[in-house]
Amino acid sequence: MLSNLRQLFRYRGLIQILVMRELKARYRGSVLGFFWSFVNPLLLLLVYTLVFTVIIPRGELLDLEPYAVFLFCGLLPWTWFSSSLSDGANVLIINGNLIKKVMFPAEILPVVAVVSNLIHFLFGLPILIAFLVFYAVPLQPSELIWFPLVLLVQFILTLGLAMMLAALTVHFRDIKDLLANLLTLWFFATPIIYPMSALPEAGKVLMDFNPFAHLAISYQEILFYEGPFGHWKWLLALTIAGLVMFLLGYGLFDRLRDSFAEEV
Amino acid sequence: MLSIELEHVTKVYRRQGTRRQFATLKSALLTGSLVRHLRPHETFHALNDVSLKVLKGASYGVLGRNGSGKSTLLKLVAGITKPTGGIVRVNGRVSALIELGAGFHPEISGRENVFINGVMLGLSRREIGKRFDEIVEFAELEDFIEAPVKTYSSGMYMRLGFAVAIHVNPDILLVDEVLAVGDESFSLKCLDKFAEFKRRGKTILLVTHGLSMIERFCDEAVWLEGGQNLAIGDPKRVVQTYLADIEQAEDKHLATEDAKAQRDPLIEVGKPAAAGPATKNAVTSGPEESREIETETVDDEAIPTNMFAAKEGRWGSGSIQIEKVTLEGDKGPAHVFHTGGPMKIRMRINAVRPVDDFAFGISIFSSDGVCCYGTNTDIEEMQAGSCEGDGEVVFAIDRLDLVEGTYKLDVAVHKRDGFSYDYHRLLYTFRVKSRTKDVGVYRPIHSWYFTDNIRFKQSDNGSDD
Repeated sequence: MLSNLRQLFRYRGLIQILVMRELKARYRGSVLGFFWSFVNPLLLLLVYTLVFTVIIPRGELLDLEPYAVFLFCGLLPWTWFSSSLSDGANVLIINGNLIKKVMFPAEILPVVAVVSNLIHFLFGLPILIAFLVFYAVPLQPSELIWFPLVLLVQFILTLGLAMMLAALTVHFRDIKDLLANLLTLWFFATPIIYPMSALPEAGKVLMDFNPFAHLAISYQEILFYEGPFGHWKWLLALTIAGLVMFLLGYGLFDRLRDSFAEEV
Repeated sequence: MLSIELEHVTKVYRRQGTRRQFATLKSALLTGSLVRHLRPHETFHALNDVSLKVLKGASYGVLGRNGSGKSTLLKLVAGITKPTGGIVRVNGRVSALIELGAGFHPEISGRENVFINGVMLGLSRREIGKRFDEIVEFAELEDFIEAPVKTYSSGMYMRLGFAVAIHVNPDILLVDEVLAVGDESFSLKCLDKFAEFKRRGKTILLVTHGLSMIERFCDEAVWLEGGQNLAIGDPKRVVQTYLADIEQAEDKHLATEDAKAQRDPLIEVGKPAAAGPATKNAVTSGPEESREIETETVDDEAIPTNMFAAKEGRWGSGSIQIEKVTLEGDKGPAHVFHTGGPMKIRMRINAVRPVDDFAFGISIFSSDGVCCYGTNTDIEEMQAGSCEGDGEVVFAIDRLDLVEGTYKLDVAVHKRDGFSYDYHRLLYTFRVKSRTKDVGVYRPIHSWYFTDNIRFKQSDNGSDD
């Protein structure tokens, strides 16, 4: 398993070129082309802001100003996370041709799914920064240094989950449909559109078991809330959980590897 | 030195359709094998205890019917799947021409796809850059390389895939029936490329239905059947064994078809009194003579009104019945014959009451419905005397000079005016095989003569007549 893991690193050239392919193919044929990478998160943000400030105005109630910035802090990483998982679950089946007909290291496919969504996430960051500047949200450099770590933890966790889903979906196509609904539930069960403080005590306890809640809170604390980054203990715990998740996911993938060419 | 070595390799697949995903997943997780926990009827052996050795620099042919395990063999050598049992050893970089352009993304340009495909096949981007022009030139796609590959024709797609795969510079080339792609000139170019590979001492494992290609090109061959190797060694010998088996199977198939046809009941048509004016020489008639059949007052509408539009079938009054028809070659009953060989059509007949007006006839049709030959005893001016009880009629052809193909046979016994006693329409099928791929219907016995200044190279595939 470890030697296979090392191989993963050796394939970085292939991962790179496949991510490029993914990004290029995504907007090929559209008028705005690559701009969609910026426009998409912006539109998403607009929709949610409209819904939660105009249609169901609760931002003021919860004392979250500016609400758009708060929302964006959780929404942007969530989009990365959820798209990675739903792409990851499909990736082996969509690329079945590669697995069945070519000598192809299957594990790089979920990696490509997660990385190309990471790129989209990174493209969304300038918009977030623009919002931060526009609303003059104060940022502490001492907090900002945590940002890359949060990113890394999310990457590892997402990758582990994506690998697990990719491998299992080959055997059970049901996962695709299940996952779509599960992700919707997960989204609303995570403090993205509402703050943690809006939850009752019992909800907060439950939230401790939601790994993405810790990520969302970390992003919010670093970028939105004032005051020091108080969630770091949880983040460290999540780092360990993320690594375990990754090893589990990779282990499962590795174990099932030989079945892909036959079951896809 | 060995390039590829298979030792007692077995590959077991799960039969899809049995909804036991949990069992598969469980056994894959627990034992690393997909099939260990499956019951025998849920699996099948794609390869069963196959061993072979391919020397470095050899060209090795794999032949066999569809589903015989050829592609599984290639996939094992390519490392796409792992054997269930046994060992596969491969020395050197493998490039598999199994599915050309498998990694192409339809939305992006040919140029970008070449790079991506090349990286997938193990080249670095710089290496591809160096060979890029060569690849595009080989694929003959200079004008289209910037267009997205979804706009390519399937031929263009395959050519590009082939060009990339062949420029990977592998030590071992696995080829799975890819010469079927592209036009004649491209196929020739591929063959040239293979020959070049061979010259440069690369190993080639070639799966093909082109038997002549195996004979000409390969140093060794294996014949797979139902996952087992039935013959291995000299390509000419393996191909011969294979062909003999194919013939046998065809024969068996045609025999069962015939058996089915012989079971067809005779459709009784109008009592003798109702017999109207019918075609003369119905058996051999051309279309213009065929219309009269419909004037027959018959009481069964299953009888074809136009015998040339007719499908296979059997009809007649039954006064004389053809009970059994056997085709015979030089070694007894057969359904596969060779151009220039003998053929006998043996009919067992029976007349319940004595009949004095009768003619026996046969007619041979090619598969596209062209009457190749037809005759009857009346045309050949044999005066009918009498026919009674059981008897046998044999139509013997000394030399069946038909070109290769599938033929259908009519046999009939009828009145001289064409009124059918028992008409078997296209009920019997036989194949004619030939080493010479000449065209048309009929091969006259022939020779070529040349003046001394016209010479031909020695060739081993001359006419076998």
